[in-house]
Order: sequence, then C-alpha cells, then structure tokens
Amino acid sequence: MADQKLLPGDVHWYDLPDEAADAPDDAANLPGGAADVPEERPRRRLPGRWLRRAATNSTAILLLLAAWEALPRLGVLDPVFVPPLSEDLVAWYDLLVTGRLPEHLGASVARSLAGFGLAIVLAIPLGLLIGWYRPVADFLTPLLELFRNTSAVALLPVFTLILGIGETTKVTFALYACAWPILLNTISGVKTVEPLLIKSARSMGLGPAGLFQKVILPAAVPTIFTGVRLAGAHSILVLLFAEMVGAKAGLGYLILDTQSSFRIPDMYAGIITISALGVLFNLLLVGVERRFSTWRTT
Amino acid sequence: MTKISIRDVSKTFQVRDDPEPFTALAGTDLDVREGEFLTLVGPSGCGKSTLLDLIAGLTAPTSGEIRIDGTPVTGPGLDRGVVFQQYALFPWRTAQANVEFGLEAKGVPRKERARRAREHLALVGLAGFGERYPHELSGGMRQRVAIARSLAFDPDVLLMDEPFAALDAQTRESLQEELLRVWEHTGKTVVFITHGIDEAVYLGERVAVMTSRPGRVKEVVDVRFDTREGDLRAHPAFGEYRHHVWSLLREEVAAAQVQEREVATSHG
Repeated sequence: MADQKLLPGDVHWYDLPDEAADAPDDAANLPGGAADVPEERPRRRLPGRWLRRAATNSTAILLLLAAWEALPRLGVLDPVFVPPLSEDLVAWYDLLVTGRLPEHLGASVARSLAGFGLAIVLAIPLGLLIGWYRPVADFLTPLLELFRNTSAVALLPVFTLILGIGETTKVTFALYACAWPILLNTISGVKTVEPLLIKSARSMGLGPAGLFQKVILPAAVPTIFTGVRLAGAHSILVLLFAEMVGAKAGLGYLILDTQSSFRIPDMYAGIITISALGVLFNLLLVGVERRFSTWRTT
Repeated sequence: MTKISIRDVSKTFQVRDDPEPFTALAGTDLDVREGEFLTLVGPSGCGKSTLLDLIAGLTAPTSGEIRIDGTPVTGPGLDRGVVFQQYALFPWRTAQANVEFGLEAKGVPRKERARRAREHLALVGLAGFGERYPHELSGGMRQRVAIARSLAFDPDVLLMDEPFAALDAQTRESLQEELLRVWEHTGKTVVFITHGIDEAVYLGERVAVMTSRPGRVKEVVDVRFDTREGDLRAHPAFGEYRHHVWSLLREEVAAAQVQEREVATSHG
C-alpha cells in the first residue's frame, strides 16, 4: 500500500507554486545586456487575491459539508448510518470535553511522531550512504527492491509476533512505512546532483569530503524534504491500520470500536479528527519544505 | 615568459560498446604566455573542451605533459579558475555566497571572504546584487557572477569554456567588453574557448586554431591592434584577421563533416 506514492518527483497540487500562473520565471532569462533589469522579487500575495483563492479552494469542501447535513435530513441517506454533520459535530464536542478524544488523539500522534522521527534519523543517513558510495548501493539495492515491494501491512503480523502487541509494534510499523519515501528520495537526491556543479566545485580544488558537504548535501535537501513530507502523510495513514487490529487507544481504535458498538456519530467524530490531523500535519510539512527549497524554482 | 606549456598531449576515451578507443586529442602542442589573452577556436568536437579540462586538472592526459610555471599539472587547484558555458552557479547560494565559494575552499577568513566577494561583484558590475539567488538573475548576470567567483580566489589563469555562447548577441558583446576591461585590470592569463571567429579575433591577442578530431593546434594567429578602443570590428585589419582564421577553420570544418558522415555510415 505504501508503494505507489513513493516516486521521487511525485507532484501534488500543494507542490505547485502559488504564483505559477502569473509570475513567469523566464523573465529572468530574457535577453538583456549590462542594462537589463531583473524582475522584481516575488511579492507577497495581496489580501484580495488571497480571499478569492480561499473562496475558490473551499467551495467543494463546503458543498460536501452541506450535502452531509442535508441528504440524511431529506431521507436520501439513512440517518442511522450517516447522521447529519451537526450531530457528528455535537458528538465530537462531547468526546472532546469528556477527555476521551484528546486521549486517543494523543496516543495516535505520539506513535506517528515516534515512527516518523525515527524514520528521519535512520533513513536519511542510510540514503546518503547508498547514494554516495557505489559499493554500498550495489550491495543493498536488491534487498531494498525486495522490501520496498513488501507492503508494511503484510509485515504487521510479523512485527506483532516478534515485538508483541504493545507500542513497539505500532511505532516500528509507522517507522517502516515512513522510511521508504525518505530513503528513496534521499538516494535519488544524492544521485541526481547536476554533474556540472560537481565539476565546478572540483575545479576549485574540493576533495570528496568538501564536495559532499558543500555540494551534494545542499543540492539534495529539497528532494529529501519531499520524501519527509510524503513520509509524514504515511505516518498517520498506516498507523491507523495498526490501531484497528490491536490496540486499546488511538484514533484507529476509536473509529473501529465506536462502529462495532454502534455509536455512529462518535465514529464520524473520529474520522473527522483524523482528516483534520492529516491535513494540518501535511500543511505544516509543506511549509517546512518550502522554507528549505526556496532556491529550487527550475 | 611561458605560463602554460602543453607538450605532445594526447587524450583517448574508452567509449561504451565500442572496442576502439575514442581519440579526442593527439599530439597537441601549445604555449600560453604569462598574462596573455589566448582564444582557442576549432570545429565542433575537436577536443577544445577536453584540452581545457586537462589544463584545469579535471582529467589526466593519456600521454604528454602540461606544465604551469614549469610544474606539471596533477589535479585541480586554485591557481586556475574555470568558467563554464552553463554558469555552474550553486542555486542554493546567493550571488555573494557563490563568489565566496572558492574563498572558502582556500581557507580565507569569513570577514575577508565577504569583503573580497563584494569587491569582485562590483568589479563585474553587480554591486548591490549580492543577496540575489541565481534564479533571480538574468543569464548575463549569472555569467558575471561566475566570472566574479573565478576571479575572487585570485587564480593566475582563467580558463573559459565558451562562456558567452548561451547569451544573446547584445549581452555577449557587453560581456566581451567587460571581460577585456577586467583582464587589463587584473593581468590574468586567459585561455578562452569559443566557436565564434569574431569573438576569437575580438578578444584574443593570439588565436589558436585547432584541427578537426583528433585535435591538434594547427596554427596560432597573432592579432595586433594599436588600440582596442572604439568599434574594433569595423577596423579593416579586423576583417583580415577574421578572414584568415575563417580560411584555416573552413578546411577543418569540412574535414570534420566528412568524419561525421563516415561515423554515421559505419554505425548505421
């Protein structure tokens, strides 16, 4: 399940620059001599445009929410299985004030972050090693190919057998799923550094260590961060699955437990929470990614 | 005084799927004098860039020897600065930080680095553009940054590989003028590769013409003008030099085309 999203260079709407439509980058490449005037630095978006964008972006969401409220009330959908949005939100609020939601949310977030963090700490150095040292790559690539094509879900029973049903299993599961996008992007980031930049740095007398530190690493940072962002999304998506098969806390547990005990509005409250969490986490990572790749515009 | 001496240099490459090695240079001889501006022209594929890589120490010759100030070249070094056609600026560094790159490699202290980088940006007419990233600069400005970067660590020799080929005619002309100004100001030895005959005659005190592959130096043409001020290209002598280099090149270009056709038929 983790595989189709791993390709480096995987483009999502949030990857596209905001000014894509109206700030032609080529302006900087236009012919011109000593007197040529470079284009202005991209300006901050104007409030009016921002509002219009916000309206355009949220219309579909608002329509969905309206349908969610209206269709059960009109009897088009069975309100027992799909309660109107307002009822779900009331249930969500109750879960929040009774402290049950924060408890489950905290459990999920802690596991996700632990797996995600460990994946960053392990996969980036390993990826740098594989990308930089040919013998390491030759040695490990077949193994990587094998495991990359082995879904984390298929391995969950193995993790459970070896590590038990406790926290270790869930964190390891998230770690395994998160490690792939980071690892593969790091490898590709190191491997796809523009050869001319390496040649240029070598001409200035840089040895392998200096080359790695001053050229390879900074050039690979944006690609590595794309991997980190993809991993962030994975960390929550896959963890939920682990929490559904063996857990006593966490949003995955909450959703499955409320469904089986027929507390349907509570179930939707859990789903709403997981969606919001995923979106927020992703926005945060996109922001961090932008911050680290301001120079990557071409 | 000879700055760079190239003696009987040959370079062959092993090409994939081809048992025959590819000969880029065979028996090349050339002397570059201290402080001179030498331009190097030749038909495409004659090994001009290979020769520059060899002087830069980025690759080693198969046979023969290259000496700088009498010392054989064994690898890259900060006594030579290379300017590439595609600028080769580090996109994650500002113009200022790009110019500082070579100074970092040289171990110049931070404050001194900043000062020298600013100075050299000003020298190429980019004072005040230090905080721009390469993608925020035009092609001509990027190449100025690259030239400033190579000058900042104060090499004796500037090696330039068709640095203005990717620029439009107007930008190219103004950069040519500025390069001459910088050269007169700094007194560096410059080896400048180009495929433009006008550019070669305009910039070079001497123009070395290379043969078609495998490349050798066919003839070195002395270019003398009383002054380089004003519209040099309109000077009658400019036309004569131009024609002379053109005639030398034409035979080689024809030979190179025959070669290409032969390769195409033997591989087709």
